[in-house]
Amino acid sequence: MMKNVHRTLQVNGEAQQVSFAPYKTLLEVLREDLNLTGTKHGCELGECGACAVLVDGQPLLACLELAVECEGRAIETVEGLANGSVLHPLQAAFADLGGAQCGYCTPGILMTAKALLEKEPEPSRERIREAISGNLCRCTGYQQIYESIEEAARRMKEAKVPA
Amino acid sequence: MNAPGNPSEKMRTRRRFDTIGKPRRRVDGRAKVTGLTKFADDVVLPRMVHCKLLRSPHPHAVIESIDFTKASAHPGVHLVLTGKDFPISYGILPVTQDEYPLANERVRYVGDPVAAVIARDEQTADEATRLIEVKYRLLNTVSSAEDALANPEPRIHDYGEQGNIHRLQAFEFGDVDEALMGSDHVFEDLFFFEGNTHLPLEQHASVAAPDGEGKLTLWSSTQVPHYIHRALARALRIPAAHIRVIACPNGGGFGGKCDLHNHEIVVSRASMILGRPVKICLTREEVFYMHRGRHPVLMKMKTGVTKDGKLTGMHLQTLLDGGGYGSYGVASTFYTGALQTVTYELPRYKFDACRTFTNKPPCGPKRGHGTPQPRFGQEVQLDKIAEKLGRDPAELRLGMVAKPDSLTANWLKIGTIGLEECIRLVVEHSDWNNKRATLPPGRGVGIACGSYLCGAGLPIYWNKMPQSGVQILADRSGQVTVFCGATEIGQGSDDMLAAFVAEVLGIDAFDVRLVTGDTALTPVDLGSYSSRVTVMMGHAAIQAAERLREMIVDAASHELECSPERLVMAQGRVFLSEDPSKGMTFAEAIVFAETKYGTLGTVGSYSPPRAPGRFKGAGVGPSPAYSYTAVVVEAEVDQNTGWVTVPKIWVAHDIGRAVNPVLARGQVEGSIYMGLGEALMEEQIFRRLPAKMSHALVHKFPSMLEYKSLTSLDMPEVFTYLVEDPDPNCPFGAKEVGQGPLLPVMPAVANAIYDAVGVRIDEIPITPDKVLRALELKAKGEAPRVGPDHFPQVPYPKPVYVKTPWEGGDGNETKPADRKQAVAS
Repeated sequence: MMKNVHRTLQVNGEAQQVSFAPYKTLLEVLREDLNLTGTKHGCELGECGACAVLVDGQPLLACLELAVECEGRAIETVEGLANGSVLHPLQAAFADLGGAQCGYCTPGILMTAKALLEKEPEPSRERIREAISGNLCRCTGYQQIYESIEEAARRMKEAKVPA
Repeated sequence: MNAPGNPSEKMRTRRRFDTIGKPRRRVDGRAKVTGLTKFADDVVLPRMVHCKLLRSPHPHAVIESIDFTKASAHPGVHLVLTGKDFPISYGILPVTQDEYPLANERVRYVGDPVAAVIARDEQTADEATRLIEVKYRLLNTVSSAEDALANPEPRIHDYGEQGNIHRLQAFEFGDVDEALMGSDHVFEDLFFFEGNTHLPLEQHASVAAPDGEGKLTLWSSTQVPHYIHRALARALRIPAAHIRVIACPNGGGFGGKCDLHNHEIVVSRASMILGRPVKICLTREEVFYMHRGRHPVLMKMKTGVTKDGKLTGMHLQTLLDGGGYGSYGVASTFYTGALQTVTYELPRYKFDACRTFTNKPPCGPKRGHGTPQPRFGQEVQLDKIAEKLGRDPAELRLGMVAKPDSLTANWLKIGTIGLEECIRLVVEHSDWNNKRATLPPGRGVGIACGSYLCGAGLPIYWNKMPQSGVQILADRSGQVTVFCGATEIGQGSDDMLAAFVAEVLGIDAFDVRLVTGDTALTPVDLGSYSSRVTVMMGHAAIQAAERLREMIVDAASHELECSPERLVMAQGRVFLSEDPSKGMTFAEAIVFAETKYGTLGTVGSYSPPRAPGRFKGAGVGPSPAYSYTAVVVEAEVDQNTGWVTVPKIWVAHDIGRAVNPVLARGQVEGSIYMGLGEALMEEQIFRRLPAKMSHALVHKFPSMLEYKSLTSLDMPEVFTYLVEDPDPNCPFGAKEVGQGPLLPVMPAVANAIYDAVGVRIDEIPITPDKVLRALELKAKGEAPRVGPDHFPQVPYPKPVYVKTPWEGGDGNETKPADRKQAVAS
């Protein structure tokens, strides 16, 4: 059995000390060692986008990143998206407008969309399509996802909420 | 109080609703966007160990020996299991108990599990599976349905019709030969629909754990906890009372989580041996091997029409490639023919079907279960018929739509039909009349229709008990808790349940607490398949809620000194209809009801109406209602590359009533998405490894990257129209929406390609190479068609002959002797 490494990871703004086998991916450490099971997996080969999280603000497939390489970087997961008990506008819009059906691709898409809106607060439909093209969804046919992201952008503009 | 299956007239005919029909955030929506929805792989328990399966690298072989001494000795390994630990076969259908949790002497496809290792973590279990030494004696491989017909030996199973034929079925409703002889035109076409798979984003996962008393609990990604509960008790030989199956919300199902899966039995047994929780989560590659998806089907369709465009009769023959096991295959085989009569008036109908065993992952039910294949054939053939008759394909269809409140040739009872309205809507909104045959070369439009069940009339094992049960508890706190075995697979099962109860009791859907999909706590509901949930669970929920409502209204009427009929329950209050200021809160009314009646609990249940067909085989096809869909697809074909782009799709779906329009639209668009993937790219196909390796028949690409499906960049704009004509057999008139809208997509794409470039692709998926081949044929002046060119000899039996309802039939089989007599006289 390979010896564990001990690292401090910055997850959703909190420093987490965690001990894990050095071959583990960020996905595995989040889900298995930090019990943050909100981040999903659909292939563990970088094909489906379900495990997308933000690392230093960039969407990144947690299944392809070794956790040991994430020390000192800001990791954001779906668990950190809401502000206390107030949903992030993206979360609220996805829940209201059918952006989530089974909900399995949802955390990855929410994180990807958050990165998009941070860079482009008013993205066109075309930009949204491009941004989430690496996130497969087998339920929705994507339209209600686009509409959810557009609605979130609208609500954020009105409320002047930064992404 | 109402008889089961009959919600009160008052409820059905009400015009105004507080919850039904209103776009709402689904009741489980918040958990889905916060990452709190607990899928099976999110279940983590103390002392949990992990399971990995060793799978066969050979498509067909006898296991001569298994040596797992090294694996057992590997540090961190707790247990190794093989076929010897599982002597009892199982299968989801009572007639096909042909699977073993771990292969018992024989493997039948690459991926068939042969051994299981349970270890402290996945990594260790995976290492140990590589230390297991299995000696195989290879057998010849059967690679396709035709191959199965040509090679009766070696038999893949020692049961079935003969050789490698699993199942033969034949039915004739009225004399079809006579009908074809009397037709002005007879069209005969061959079609092929390649197999494809569900590809749910969630990989199957299960956790099994013994409780404090040693009883088993299984958390699993399953659409059918009741069937799993039943089959697990048999497979493990332990009383059902000692097994609790909890269906976690599924990360997509689409039919792929309807079987009892081998890994579910393995972890259950392992947890009982080890006395601790055991988890398994399949890899994506393993999900491709689990499959149970769309059958590859070869079809021959002979259809007669009159010169004015009415169907006279149809003879359909199907040949299915079933893969290595039975699964739901017997039902799938029936479904390749059963619903062919529901969309258009078809006076006579003959249907022969054959399912074969092959050395590939077993096929089973996928969205539309067995019906998309013949639907593709019929809708493309109708396009050819329209062309021959010089008719507009939309007009032709409008002239032959089945009649509401009628019986079909094969004795299915149809209720409401909104198909004409659906066709008119897509024709109007797509500007069909100005586009068909007039768009520039390379661009075209195609139309197709379809219909689907709102729940299978019969359960998968014979019984006359209710198919859905709902229990409601209410207490003095004002809390209402609803229990039902129905299973949330993303489609909105929980939201439907809450909506029905909330509407009847006049409370907010969000205030209804739900306990679902748990065989220890919830009344039996057969699960999320055959588009049955809204209709069947809905009826049961309404009945239970109305029974509770009666008690509440009765108790409140005493307090308000009025007759119960004058009371209304709405917006969380119970009040006088003529004076809303006189009344009380819902919670206050519950207190009066609990005071009067004691602890408040009601149940409701639903059994579908008895179907009129009496012949053997009449059990597949009947449904309380049928949904209808029409689709227009616009396609662009690049004539240099064969690449097909679909920029726009218009879809109208006859839903009866949309309970939550947000979810209804999502189901329609999701069906369009999945159908378009099937039309253009999705295929579960196989290849031979090079001879210098094993020459084994293996899955061509068991990965998400190579199994092509639509991304957001490929998805067209979809225009959705819901046709709401409430069906009296459905709760608040609501029909299904989860499967029907998929059916017309594939043929509409094929028809649009024909309109664009004048080539027929009678085969799914329509990949660029096929389009190019057809274009080359066209350029050479040959028949511009790509598709199957022959139909093999299949030993179909003499059909079960049943007179149609309009030819003096009574729904029973007419024996050949009686039939001759009738003809003679």
